[in-house]
Amino acid sequence: MSFLIATDLQSALDAVAAGARPVAGGSDLVVGARHGKAPLPVDLVAIDRISELQLVAIDEWGAHIGALVNHQSIETHPDLASRYSGLSDSSALVGSPSTRNVGTLGGNVMNASPAMDTGAPLVVLGAEVELRSVEHTRRVGVAELWVGPGRTSASADELCVAIHVPAPAVRTNSAYLRLEYRRAMEIAVVGAAASVTLADDGSVASVRVALTAVAPTIIEVTGLSGGSVDDVAAAAAALAAEQARPISDVRASDRYRRHTVGVMAGRAVQAAARRAGGEIISIPLNRAIGIGASS
Amino acid sequence: MSDQTVSIVLTVNDVAYPVTIEQGRNLLSVIRTEVGLTGTKEGCDDCECGACMVLLDGQPVNSCSYLAAQAQGRSITTVEGLMSGDEMHPLQRNILEEGGVQCGFCTPGMLLSATALLERTPSPTDEEIRIGLSGNLCRCTGYAKIVAAVRRTAEERLG
Repeated sequence: MSFLIATDLQSALDAVAAGARPVAGGSDLVVGARHGKAPLPVDLVAIDRISELQLVAIDEWGAHIGALVNHQSIETHPDLASRYSGLSDSSALVGSPSTRNVGTLGGNVMNASPAMDTGAPLVVLGAEVELRSVEHTRRVGVAELWVGPGRTSASADELCVAIHVPAPAVRTNSAYLRLEYRRAMEIAVVGAAASVTLADDGSVASVRVALTAVAPTIIEVTGLSGGSVDDVAAAAAALAAEQARPISDVRASDRYRRHTVGVMAGRAVQAAARRAGGEIISIPLNRAIGIGASS
Repeated sequence: MSDQTVSIVLTVNDVAYPVTIEQGRNLLSVIRTEVGLTGTKEGCDDCECGACMVLLDGQPVNSCSYLAAQAQGRSITTVEGLMSGDEMHPLQRNILEEGGVQCGFCTPGMLLSATALLERTPSPTDEEIRIGLSGNLCRCTGYAKIVAAVRRTAEERLG
């Protein structure tokens, strides 16, 4: 039984290799343990002081977001908010100011909840997760990382160290929105992200759409192609509702989820297209277009 | 939860408290029992209500869901740390004068979230105040008078 505070990546990797579980903000781990979801691990390594995992770097390839970057930083980072807008939309909706302070992107990704807000934007942005162990480093696409609710394809000795998001093409931007019953401390009833690239004539040249809380993992909508923004939005809505595999639970029935995820998908396409055309829609999109309870 | 104990020093309101605790203990329970400061409240014990809010290096944290062992070496501020000697913090004075306190259970957490907000955003709009306090639930006041107290504190500071 041990508790180690790691101040550098190597000592964290050593601890994880020896069987310790990493804890950053603890907002999933500690709450989950209390609910009996999983007991608190016997050996823990606190990774929140490893400064090299707290950086956001933007270069020609794209955005390199350290696993410990918190939601507050993703919401307010000027480059992320303007070019990777769907991701900032999602982080801005997480919990409350305190949750956005302790909650990290790496934690959100590795917790692998099908209702995670950052998941759908990361899928449509084509993000890769960098996993590192004492032995090796590898990158895996986010969609290949999630294999079920709370389950990833990472092995026990691998630590998520960064999320890499390729730079969007020209005339491309993204949007994320969710259905919510209240404006804070909420979990997505359903959600949708879209990334849209516009052709010179203003029509949609290419589009990706991913869905939140309608399947065991975040899923990407298949079968979409270009066309007018309205046509693509309508197609995204229809295909999202068709491809969703929702469950009924305390937050919504399966029928309600199937219907509303289509609505969210269509609106996400519309908003992403407006942003791709240069329009500035403030972060988070939910507040900008008035989804959720009014204040 | 592990029974393994760890001996750590927690710095609460600039005072060092050496404590020996089980490694799985949350910060809230250690502040209330070992440290002995009971201004920080346990509400939902689930990261929802904000009654347990403290500041960790100036940033708001739900102490019910934060491991106490992780807080060593960091500066913890509880509601008791807002006073200057016998003098109330302007937020404390204003929340009383505006009638933003009824049962008082949410008040410590509200004050700490408001403190962090005003550090970050010295002149917040009402919308920014509501977002800043959005992790704190109040079942009595309807929030309007709490928002007014934060607005008044910001206005006083900026003269």
